Amino acid sequence: MKIVVCINHVPDTETKVKVGTDGKTIDKAGVNYMLNPYDEFAIEAALQLKEKFGGETLVMSLGGDAHKETLRKALAMGIEKAILLKDDSIRDSYSIAKALAEEIRTLSADCILFGKQSIDYYNEEIPGLVAEFLGLPSVSVVVRININNGKVICEREIEGGHEVVETKIPLVMAAQKGLNEPRYPSLKGIMAAKTKPIEERQAATASSYVEVLTMHKPPPKQPGKIIGTDVNAVPELIRLLREEAKVL
Amino acid sequence: MNEQMTMEQVAPSFEFTESMRMVLEVARNFAEKEIKPVVMKYDESQEFPLEIIKKLGELGFMGVLFPESYGGAGFGYLEYITIIEEISKVDPSIGLSIAAHNSLCTNHIYTFGNEEQKHKYLPDLTTGHKIGAWALTEPTSGSDAGSMLTTATSDGDYYILNGSKNFITHGSVGDITVVMARSNKSKAKKGISAFIVENKTPGFIISKKENKLGMRCCDTSAIAFDNCHIPKKNLLGDEGAGLAQALTILDGGRISIAALALGIAQGALNASLKYAKERKQFGKPIAEFQAIQWKLADMATQIEAARLLTYRAGYLKNQGKEAVLESSMAKYFASEVAVRATNEGVQIHGGYGFIKDFPVEKFYRDVKLVTIGEGTSEVQKMVIARELLEP
Repeated sequence: MKIVVCINHVPDTETKVKVGTDGKTIDKAGVNYMLNPYDEFAIEAALQLKEKFGGETLVMSLGGDAHKETLRKALAMGIEKAILLKDDSIRDSYSIAKALAEEIRTLSADCILFGKQSIDYYNEEIPGLVAEFLGLPSVSVVVRININNGKVICEREIEGGHEVVETKIPLVMAAQKGLNEPRYPSLKGIMAAKTKPIEERQAATASSYVEVLTMHKPPPKQPGKIIGTDVNAVPELIRLLREEAKVL
Repeated sequence: MNEQMTMEQVAPSFEFTESMRMVLEVARNFAEKEIKPVVMKYDESQEFPLEIIKKLGELGFMGVLFPESYGGAGFGYLEYITIIEEISKVDPSIGLSIAAHNSLCTNHIYTFGNEEQKHKYLPDLTTGHKIGAWALTEPTSGSDAGSMLTTATSDGDYYILNGSKNFITHGSVGDITVVMARSNKSKAKKGISAFIVENKTPGFIISKKENKLGMRCCDTSAIAFDNCHIPKKNLLGDEGAGLAQALTILDGGRISIAALALGIAQGALNASLKYAKERKQFGKPIAEFQAIQWKLADMATQIEAARLLTYRAGYLKNQGKEAVLESSMAKYFASEVAVRATNEGVQIHGGYGFIKDFPVEKFYRDVKLVTIGEGTSEVQKMVIARELLEP
C-alpha cells in the first residue's frame, strides 16, 4: 500500500499571535513552529496502515525551507520519505490543493491522508479540494479506519454523533483527534531521520482566488458578570441569557 | 588552562540544533503526558516507576550516549542534558533514574568493558530492558571512597565479594550492578577493582530500601554481598584500576546531576511564574510586587548561568576533551542554584508552597539530593581547587 500524508508547519499553539505591520499577515518574529497537531493523527494512521499492509509511506508539505524541520519530525516518527514542494508565496486553499494534487497525481497512492484542518487559518478545505482535483472519494473528520481488500469503512464525527461510511481505495481521508494515539519519535527515529531523504521540488503554479484584505485580533473578552450567588439570581440569569446573550 | 581556551571552545553555538529541538520536544511531551499525571502517586508510594522507565527505554532515553551498535541512541551530551532537564522539570526522581542508569552503570561498562562484556550487557541496558545500578559508597566511606571495606577475594575462576554498600541508586530494582571492591588489601587506592555483578547472583542481598526525604520513587537501597561469586571475566579493565575508573565515571555523572539540578530549578521557576501571575494580594497579582519580581529575576539569571556551565561541560565531553574542572563547576553551581531556586519558589508560594497540591513542595524536597549525590558540593570545590592549583 502506498500512503501519502500531507502535513503543515504551523505556529506553536502557545504562540501569542500578532498581526504584522502590513495588516494582512501574522508577525513571524519570535514565533515557534510545529507540526500541525491534527497531522500527527494522519501520520500515525499511515504508520499503522503500513505496519498492517506493508508498502511505503511518504510525507509532503508545501512551503519554504522552514517546513523541512516539520517534515523531519514525520520522518523521525517513522515515515520513510519526504517531499518539500517549495514555495514561499502566499496562496489560498485552492492554490495549495492544486499544487499538492499535481504532485500526488504522479505518485499513484492508495491512501492520501491529511489532518482534518490546520490550526493556523482553520479553512478545512484542502483535503476535499485535493480529492476533487484527483477525482477521488474523500472522507473527512475520520475517527476510525478499517480497510479490507480495497474496501474502506470509515467512522466519522458528525454533529452529535458518528457516521459510518463505506468507500474504496484510492481515497483521501482527513484525520480527527481520537483516530489514534500518535507515537513519540524515538531517539533512534530522530537519528535515522537525519539521513532520510527530503526531495525538493518546485510547487506547481496555480491561481489564488481568495485574497486576505486585512487581519485583526478579536476584541478582548469581556469580563464575566456575577448576577447573584443564590437561587434568587436565577430569574435574572434566565432573562439575561435570553435577551442579552440570546442563547436560550 | 583558561588562558588557552578559545572562544570556540567556550561557545560553539548558543542555538539548539534541529535534532536537539526534536529531542527536547519529545522529552517535554512525554514528561507532560506520561509522567505529570502520576508524579505524586509515585512520590507517595515510593514505588519504582518501572512502567515509565520501560517506555523511556523504548524512546531511547535509557541509552542516550551509546552507539547504535550497542543498542544505544548514539547522541551526545548536549541531547542528554536536554533530556534530563526536561524530565526533571516534571519529576526529578525519574530524571535521577535516567542519569544514574546512563551515566554510571551503563557508561562504566561502555567505557571500561571489553567487547565481550559490552556486547553481553549493553544492549539490554541501553534499551531499558534491564536496569543498571552502580555501587561505590559504603556505610563508612562516602566522599573518601578509597577507604572502602568491601572485598573481592580471588578464588579460581571467581572473585568472591563480601561487604556492604549503601545509598545505591536502583539497588533493590536493578538487574546489573557495577561494584567497586577491594581486591588487594595491601594497596590502598590501587587495590580497588570494578566488577559487573548480575543482581540475581546468589549472595547478592538487598538489605534495606531507604525511606527518603525526596527523590522518593527513584529507588535507593543498601545492598550486601555474602560470598557472592563473580566470574573473573566480569572484572572491568585491570585489577586495581577500579577507583580510578570510578572517578572518571563520576566526571560524566556530574554533568547529568547538573542537568538534573537545572530541571528542578527551572521547574520551580516555571511554577513560581505561573503562581505569581495568578495569586492576588492587596488587589493585584503578587508578580507586580518588586519583592517577588526580584526573586524571579534572581532565579532566572542564576538558572541561565548554570545552564551555560552545564552545556559547556557537555560540549567539552562531546569533543573528547578533559572536562573534570568544568563538570565539577557545573555540578557545584547548578545544584546550589537549584537549592536556592526551590527555596525561593516555596517562599513565593507562601502557605501553598508548603502543601502537596503545588509542585514546588516536591521540588523543595527533591533538590537536596543534588548537592550531595555523586560528590557533595564540598567535594566539587575540592576538585575545582585541585584542578586550579595543580600544574
